Amino acid sequence: MAVKTPATTPKTVVFRTAGLTKVYDMGEVQVKALRGVDLELYSGELVVLLGPSGSGKSTLVNILGGLDTATSGRVTYHDKDLTKATDRELTDYRRYHVGFVFQFYNLIPSLTARENVAVVTEIARDPMKPEDALAIVGLGDRLDHFPAQLSGGQQQRVAIARAIAKNPSVLLCDEPTGALDSETGVVVLEALERANRELGTTTVIITHNADIQGMADRVMNVHDGLISDVHENATKKQARELRW
Amino acid sequence: MSSLDRKLWRDLWGMKGQALAIAMVISSGVATFVMSLSTLHSLKLTQAVFYRDYHFADVFASLKRAPESLRESIREIPGVQQVETRIAAAANLDLPDYPDPATGRLVSTGQFGEALLNQLYLREGRLVDPAHDDEVIVSEAFAEAHGYRPGDEIAAILNGRRKELTIVGIALAPEFIYQIRPGDMFPDFAGYGILWMAHEPLANAFDMDGAFNDVAITLAANASAEDVILRLDELLARYGGLGAYARKDQVSHRYLSEEFKQLEQMATMFPTIFLGVAAFLLNVVVSRLVRTQREEIATLKAFGYSNLDITEHFAKLIIVIVLFGVAAGTLLGVWFGQGLSSLYSDFYKFPFLHYDLQPRVPVLAALISIGAALLGTLYAVMQAARQPPAEAMRPEPPAAYRVSVVEKLGLKSWLSSPTRMIVRNLERRPVKSLLTSVGIAFSCAILMVGTFSSDAVDYMMNVQFGLAQRDDISVTFVEPTSYRAFYDLLSLPGVEYGEVFRAVPTRLRFEHREYRTSIQGFDADADLMKLLDENLNPIELPPDGLLLTDQLAVLLGAKPGDVLTIEVLEGARPVHQVQLAAVVKEFIGVSAYMRRDALNRLMREGDAISGAFLSADARYQEAIYEELEGMPRIAGTVVRKKAMQSFEDTMAQTVLTFAFFNTLLAGSIAFGVVYNSARIALSERSRELASLRVLGFTRGEVSYILLGELAVLTVIAVPLGFLVGYALCFSMSEGLQTDLFRIPLILDTSTYSFSAAVVLVASAISGLIVRRKVDHLDLVAVLKTRE
Repeated sequence: MAVKTPATTPKTVVFRTAGLTKVYDMGEVQVKALRGVDLELYSGELVVLLGPSGSGKSTLVNILGGLDTATSGRVTYHDKDLTKATDRELTDYRRYHVGFVFQFYNLIPSLTARENVAVVTEIARDPMKPEDALAIVGLGDRLDHFPAQLSGGQQQRVAIARAIAKNPSVLLCDEPTGALDSETGVVVLEALERANRELGTTTVIITHNADIQGMADRVMNVHDGLISDVHENATKKQARELRW
Repeated sequence: MSSLDRKLWRDLWGMKGQALAIAMVISSGVATFVMSLSTLHSLKLTQAVFYRDYHFADVFASLKRAPESLRESIREIPGVQQVETRIAAAANLDLPDYPDPATGRLVSTGQFGEALLNQLYLREGRLVDPAHDDEVIVSEAFAEAHGYRPGDEIAAILNGRRKELTIVGIALAPEFIYQIRPGDMFPDFAGYGILWMAHEPLANAFDMDGAFNDVAITLAANASAEDVILRLDELLARYGGLGAYARKDQVSHRYLSEEFKQLEQMATMFPTIFLGVAAFLLNVVVSRLVRTQREEIATLKAFGYSNLDITEHFAKLIIVIVLFGVAAGTLLGVWFGQGLSSLYSDFYKFPFLHYDLQPRVPVLAALISIGAALLGTLYAVMQAARQPPAEAMRPEPPAAYRVSVVEKLGLKSWLSSPTRMIVRNLERRPVKSLLTSVGIAFSCAILMVGTFSSDAVDYMMNVQFGLAQRDDISVTFVEPTSYRAFYDLLSLPGVEYGEVFRAVPTRLRFEHREYRTSIQGFDADADLMKLLDENLNPIELPPDGLLLTDQLAVLLGAKPGDVLTIEVLEGARPVHQVQLAAVVKEFIGVSAYMRRDALNRLMREGDAISGAFLSADARYQEAIYEELEGMPRIAGTVVRKKAMQSFEDTMAQTVLTFAFFNTLLAGSIAFGVVYNSARIALSERSRELASLRVLGFTRGEVSYILLGELAVLTVIAVPLGFLVGYALCFSMSEGLQTDLFRIPLILDTSTYSFSAAVVLVASAISGLIVRRKVDHLDLVAVLKTRE
C-alpha cells in the first residue's frame, strides 16, 4: 500500500487517481468534464471539493463512488483498480464501502425515514441499526415519517443517516446543502462532521459554496475539469461556526 | 418483509387503478383459458367415464335383416371382442300432448335382459320387462321436452301398426349424447326421441324374429377398426349391410368431437389475445414506472443494489399484478365454466356432468401469464437496471418532438395548438400509438368472434330453409314405393302441392377415397327442394351425372368431369360408374344428387319413390299429420318449422349468454388499454397540462389534448378491429369445415356496429374516469415537483 508522508503523521491513501478524464457525448457536441485529474485522498480526512457548477467535481465524485466510469486514466481505491472493475465488483464496492449523499436527497418517497435507511442496512455487512443512524443525525423522533412529511433539511439528514448506516469507509456528498437554506445547511453539515469525527469515515463534500471550506481538513479547488489548487486548513472550523 | 418489498406494495397501491385495469385484462384471458380448459376437461372426463361404464361400442353397422346365427360369425372376426345384435327402426310417434308430427328411433334393449353394449343410464323408472310388449324407455331430452314421467302413455306407429306404449323409464345412452335425427342440422328434442323397447315385441312388430338389423361391436385391445370393418362389410353384404363405421364416425360422438375442437380453439385463441394485450399494457405501464423511478433506481444502485436486485424488484411487482389477475380470472373462469357446462347440457345429454377444475389449469394459466408479462416488461426493466447510476440520476432530456407529417402536408394552419400537440404526440411514438390501437382493435375483434357463430347459423338456416328446402312437410316411406303412393299424399286435405324424391344408400368411391351417403333423386322441375351453386343460384339438374356437396367433392378429391364409382347398398346392390357433373353449395351435412329418372334407371327400377315433399295450407296441417299417422307405409314425417323455432330460442339464449361474457371480456380490454394509456399520458404530461391550465386553458381544453389523442387511436382501432375480427372469424370458419357442417364466413352489419359500440363506450368510460383526474390536477404541486 502506498504511503505518503506530506506532513507530520503518515497517512493511508484511500483514493488515488492518475490522468483521469471523462468526456460526455452529447449527440453533436462533446463535453470534457475531466481533463486529467491527479489526486490522493487520505483515510479519515474531510475534504471539500470546491468549484463552480460545471467544473467537473460531480463527475469526479461519481467516478470515485463507482457510479460512473472514466474515459481514460486510473482510479484506485486502496489497491483496487476501479477503472478495471466489472459491474458486479462496482456494485459490491458501493454496497460495502461507499456512502452517498445527494443534493436532492434521493429518498424513496414510498418508504418512511426508518425504511429508507433500512433499504441500505438490509444489504450491508455489519451495519448500525437504522434507528441509531437516524439518532446520529438528530432524527430519532422522526422514524416513521415519509419523505413528504419531512422538511428539506430533515430529508437530507435522513439521506446522511442512510449513507453512514452501513459504516462505509468513505462518504461522498454531492452538494449536500445545495437545496437548503443556510441555517438548515449548517445542521446537515454538523451531521456530516459528527459522522466523520465519531466514525472516522473519509468524507468528501462537493460544493460550490466557498463558505463551507472552513470545516475541511483539506480543500481542493476544481476548475474546468482540473484540480487547480490543494491546500490544508491550518485551523479547522466547526460546522456550527459557518455562515453564508 | 424487506424495505424494498414494502416499497413494492406502496408503489402498487399508488398505481392501483392501472394495476387493476391490467389485472382485469389478464383475468379475462385467464377466465377464457380456465373456462375452456375446465369445461373441456369436465366434458371429456364425463364422456370417457360414460363411454367406459356404459360400454360404448367401437364399431357400428346397420343392415336390412340377418339371421341371429350370423352373430357367431361376427364374433369370430379377428379383433372383435363383444358383439351386440339388435333391432333398430324408425317410427312415427303419436304424442297426446304434441299435435305436430314426431318421429322416434326405436332400439331394442338387450336380447337377454340388459344390453351388453351401449347400455342405458336410467335416470328414472326401471328397465323394460321383456314379458310386457308395451313397455318403453324414452330418452331424457325427449322426456324433458314433453314433461314425461314413468307411467305416461304414448303411441307409436310400428311398421304401419299403431301401438300404445307405456313409459317405464327415462334414460340416457352413450350413443345418443347428442340426440339428432339423421340428416337434420339441429336437434329437435320434442319432435324426435329415442325409444328403447324389449327385443321380443320389437322383433315381432318388424318381422325380425330370430333376426337383427343393427349390430354394435367392441374391439380387442390392439385390434384395427379398419380391418374389422372390412371383414364385417363382407359378412353383411348379402344381408343388406349399409356399411359399417367406426366410433369416430358415429354421429353423436362426432358432434362431441367437433365441439371439443372448438373449445380447444377457444382455449388458445382468446387467452393468446388477452395475454398479448396484457403484456403490452404491462410493458407500457412498467416502462413508465421505471422512467418515473429512474432516480430511485439509481439511488438504490448507488447504495450497492445489483442489477439483479433491481430487476427482481420490478419482476415481483409485475408478478403480483399478474397473480392478482390470475386469481380473479380463475374465479371468473370457474363461474363461466359452470355456465358454459350448463349451456352444453342443453344440447348434450350426459348422465352427470361433474364440473372439475384441475389445479394444473390455473397453475398453467399463471405460468403462461407471468411468462407473457415478463417477456413484455423485462426489456424495460433491464434497461433501467443497466443504466449507470450517475446517468440515471440526471433528469431525462426533454422529449424530442418534430413537426408532424400532417402539418408538413400544409394542414398546419387548420390545426389549433392543442390539435397540433395531439398530432405531434401521436407521431412521436408511432409504435406505441399503433400498439395502443391494435390493443383496442382486439377487443373489437373478440366481440366479432363472439357473435360470428350466431350470424353464421342464421345465415345457414336462411339458406337451408329459405332457398334450398322449401317444403312444409316431408314424408318418407318405409321402403321404395311406386309413384302411385304419391297421389294418396296429394289427395290429403289441405295439401296444395307436392314433389317426390328417391333416396338410395350408397358408397361413393373415387381413387382410394370413399364416403357413405345416400344419393337423392329429384325431378328436373323440383321447386320445393333446390340445389344451389356457389352464388346460391338454383342449379338445374343435368339429365345424367352426379352432383355432390362441395365438401364431399373435397373429401373424395373429385372435380366435375371425374368418374366416380357408385356402390348401391340396397336391393341388388349394383355398382356403377357415373360422371361428376357439378358441385353444389351446402352448409349442413354432405350428400349426392341425381335426377330421379337417372337414379331409377341406375337402379333398374320403374318410377319408384322414397318419399315426398309437400306444401300445405297451414290451417290443415294438424289434420294432415293425423291422416299421415294412420298411413301404414309411412316411416316418418318431418315438419321443421316448429323445431326451427325451438332451436332458434335455445340459440338466442346461448347467444345472449355469450354476448354477455364477451362484452364483459372485450370491454375489459378496451377499458384497460384506454385507461392505462390515458393515465400514463396524464402522468407524463401533468406538468405540461398544469402549465397550460396556469396559462388560462380550461379543463375542457386540457382534457381535449389528453383524451383527443386516445379518441384518435380508438377511432383508428375500430376499422382495424373489423379487419382483425374478420381474420379471426375466417380462421375459425376454416378450422370448422367438416362433413357435418361448414360454418360460412358471414358477419352481419349488426355485429360490426355492436362491436364498435362496445369499444367506443368502454373507451369513453375510461376516458371520463381520467378526465376527472385532469379536473383535479393540483396546479401548484405539479409545478413544484421536479421532473
